[in-house]
Amino acid sequence: MHLKTKSHFNYSKFGYIFIAPFFLTYALFSLYPLIYTFYISNFKEKSIKKGESLLVYNGLKNFQDLIFSSKNFAANAMHEALMQSLRNTFSIWIFNFVPQILLALLLAAWFTDLRLKIKAKGFFKIVVYMPNIITAASISILFLNLFNETDFGPVNGFLIHMNIIKEPILFLTDAAVKRGIISFILFWMWYGNTMIIFIAAIMGINPSIIESAQIDGASSGQMFRKITLPLIKPIMLFTLVTSMIGGLQNFDVPLLFNKEGPADPKTKTIAIFIFERFTGTLKNYGTSAAASVILFFITAVLSIVLFTILRDKDAAKEKKNLKRARRGGF
Amino acid sequence: MANNNENYKSYSASLALKTVLIYVVSIFLVVLAIFPFWIMIVNATRSSDAIRTGMSLIPGTNFMKNLDALNSRNLFFVWRGLKNSMIIAGGATVLSIFFSALTAYGIHVYSFKLKNVAFTFILVVLMIPTQVSAIGFLNFMYDMKLNNTFIPLIIPAIAAPQTVFFIRQNMRASFSMEIIEAARIDGSREFGTFLKIGLPMLKPILAVQAIFTFIASWNNYFTPKMILSSPEKDTLPMMVAKLNSDRLRTDFGAIYVGTTLSIIPMVIVYISLSKYIVGGVALGGVKE
Repeated sequence: MHLKTKSHFNYSKFGYIFIAPFFLTYALFSLYPLIYTFYISNFKEKSIKKGESLLVYNGLKNFQDLIFSSKNFAANAMHEALMQSLRNTFSIWIFNFVPQILLALLLAAWFTDLRLKIKAKGFFKIVVYMPNIITAASISILFLNLFNETDFGPVNGFLIHMNIIKEPILFLTDAAVKRGIISFILFWMWYGNTMIIFIAAIMGINPSIIESAQIDGASSGQMFRKITLPLIKPIMLFTLVTSMIGGLQNFDVPLLFNKEGPADPKTKTIAIFIFERFTGTLKNYGTSAAASVILFFITAVLSIVLFTILRDKDAAKEKKNLKRARRGGF
Repeated sequence: MANNNENYKSYSASLALKTVLIYVVSIFLVVLAIFPFWIMIVNATRSSDAIRTGMSLIPGTNFMKNLDALNSRNLFFVWRGLKNSMIIAGGATVLSIFFSALTAYGIHVYSFKLKNVAFTFILVVLMIPTQVSAIGFLNFMYDMKLNNTFIPLIIPAIAAPQTVFFIRQNMRASFSMEIIEAARIDGSREFGTFLKIGLPMLKPILAVQAIFTFIASWNNYFTPKMILSSPEKDTLPMMVAKLNSDRLRTDFGAIYVGTTLSIIPMVIVYISLSKYIVGGVALGGVKE
């Protein structure tokens, strides 16, 4: 009797009550600001706050100025600055991501190879992951001092001492070298993270698959290419997506790995471009908001493309399995 | 037979060679991970003049002098920065973990019409970078007169899509509904069941998520820099950024001391919790 009344009780309202704080907070502090950003992107004014200055409707002119080159000098400079920041963001990310994923894969393959008995793996993981949790701002300031351009800067001093170079390298002046160091810092901070994820993914592979390949006499290289790589592909794509989104938000290191003064146009990322227009001499809310909207669409397109690839692969696999099942296979 | 033996020998020789190679690379990477921090600590204990004479691997005796030099510039207030960072990261972590658990529990335990819509929404917004809505957020905070307060850095932590996602994934794998049903039969109220049974059952995953939320909030530089304007509200990352300033240009000892002080809290957190942190990162690799 009692049980029966219980089962008729409607619990669904609790679902709504429990998730309500999340959705209310999200609506207020994330969704509304997002819509507000879209709104501001249509205005041309240094400040949109009422009372401080007028707000002038500018239509899609901000986007036009940012995306296309024009004859107007100021507008064209803005366009050039945005394009440069996008190029910088991409270049810093790719020179961090490619070595990061290659080294992480190599280390993960080594540490999961059952035929090698490597000791102190746990210690190794803990040490190389450490830079990832140290405050990026502190790391930037530390590397800024290590790469001091004078001949007594620790890195320059070491290279001169070892007779590798004669004159100190201008780490902070040469744009390509500087971007390279920023990529290196990010690589150094993140490869441990990626390696741990890959090791966990490889350990998750059914051991009987590996054993049977070993019995069949497959070499380490063959096993890695034919078994491990295809099976951890989803995790690699996941890493690609999260790293790319992180790369688009890259802010602390490129901003702080700088000599004092305004951010260097040669290493400025899209996040810095947006941030710079909040305050100070470059203050321009409309342009900042328009660049944010552009960043939003870049993220959306990249995510959709990657997830479509992922889903299509899964769907194709399911289809194949279905066909095989119909044919009477396993 | 002899041939086989020969093969086996070359096989084990190549394995041994590979093992040596792995150790060499690993040792190099361990040194690479620690070396910058070691140089930092050494230079924090050397005078600026000594630093100018070149690199050293042996600590000096000038730490207190450097610390005094740093303090005399009125630029870097380690206790103040610690306190501000602690309030923000601590508050954000408590709110984020409690409400993320509540949200994940609500989605997992109850069946309601918009259940899947709600979870899909959380998955989609996971991808949106902070910077995208930053300008709208900043203006909204100006409108509400909440700029230069800690509120915009703490309250929004109630809605943490990533944390909800990880807790929900964990519940899918290991959350027992039978205990919830049993509590209901015993006459427990729904919210009471969440507090007394749900939360304790989720403890391991909540602990891991709390560590990551705290670290992320502590290390955040973008949002506090955008919201806070008066120096006495500076968080530790904002303070360390100020070490790259004209006032300290040539006082390298002081700069290294400041950098060291800003790193110590996270190093302590890491040393005491590294097992859970590395385990938590690995969770990202086991989900299908």
